[in-house]
Amino acid sequence: MTPIHSPLPGTFYRSSAPDKPPFKADGDAVALGDVIGLIEVMKSFHEVKSEVAGSNIRFETENEEPVMAGAVLAQVE
Amino acid sequence: MAVNVISPGLSTTVQDLGRPGYYHVGIPISGGMDRFALRAANMLVGNDEGAAVLEAVFLGPELEFTVPATVAVTGGDLPPKLNGDERSTWEAFPVKAGDRLSFGYLKSGARVYIAVSGGIDVPVKLGSRSTYTLGALGGHEGRALKAGDSLPLGAGAGGKGAIPANLRRMPGNPAELRMLPGLYWHRITAAAGKQFFADTWKVAPEADRIGYRFKGGTALDFVPREQPFGAGSNPSNIVDACYPYGSIQVPGGTEPIVLHRDAVSGGGYMMLGCVISADMDLIGQLQPHSPARFVEVSMDQALAARADRKAALARLRAHLGR
Repeated sequence: MTPIHSPLPGTFYRSSAPDKPPFKADGDAVALGDVIGLIEVMKSFHEVKSEVAGSNIRFETENEEPVMAGAVLAQVE
Repeated sequence: MAVNVISPGLSTTVQDLGRPGYYHVGIPISGGMDRFALRAANMLVGNDEGAAVLEAVFLGPELEFTVPATVAVTGGDLPPKLNGDERSTWEAFPVKAGDRLSFGYLKSGARVYIAVSGGIDVPVKLGSRSTYTLGALGGHEGRALKAGDSLPLGAGAGGKGAIPANLRRMPGNPAELRMLPGLYWHRITAAAGKQFFADTWKVAPEADRIGYRFKGGTALDFVPREQPFGAGSNPSNIVDACYPYGSIQVPGGTEPIVLHRDAVSGGGYMMLGCVISADMDLIGQLQPHSPARFVEVSMDQALAARADRKAALARLRAHLGR
């Protein structure tokens, strides 16, 4: 398993809007550069792009959960 | 003689000690949010303490040097890497032409100050090189850095040395922000005032250089009154007044906002008082969601705290032989 880290401290969101499906569901495959969520900080939203490719993503951070920089958001195989 | 910006980080700006003297006409003081760390970075590389440096928040930039120089990174624990090899924060290190400076994940604090010997030599605007992004004034073209920017460097000899942890300053957990109640304190009930100091607040994610918003405490109860002419209808409204640097406004009585270096200079929200000047640097190192308390002090205590900070700077200068 390879971790995907949050580059920023802030609030983590798994979808682009409350009424939209998550960018990735548990079990999805991930390609390099895929957006897996958003971090809200300083009045803006920043895409978290995967720096790894893999399969079977497992999220370790919940939607709307506060995160520190470097926090593990998800793991991929 | 330049530093090239390979990637800009989240919001990296040129800052010095600020642009005092124009707040009364609406131009904020700007400058580094943690000026102690900014001064320390300059001292380490042999610059004047008020030379222009880069302030990076949460996410570091990637920079390339075109000339040999001395570099120091102070403030939060955002680990610098030179050509991929980790360097210490709060310590001067040499760079060669072609070297690349990047950063790891932020471990603590919120902002770093990247000083380069000679200083960032952008044009002086209204007496300062600081960037005020909302007003597109100063710094590099009045804005945060972008990939492809090239920042001119001044001439500088370079310095050396390191600053041990006992000479640094970072906020506690919770951060304790000392504040002096002000002109409008009478607007809230005695119970609300007590609760304001008793609560532990959390930094809201939208906190930035303009102001730091705090959440999670108790809403204020206001003393009933007939709203004066010119004030709005909300009990937190006042007839427009000047907003000092450090003032704590509470729109709607719910979430206090401490105005910081890029703040607006006036408006119609009552202010509970001011965070004392000695503690404003601490706010610049608070991450979103980190806990903070407000601690009441008297004017005498505030002035003593200011003298303590001057003494801390003097210890730093003595340590570095300046």
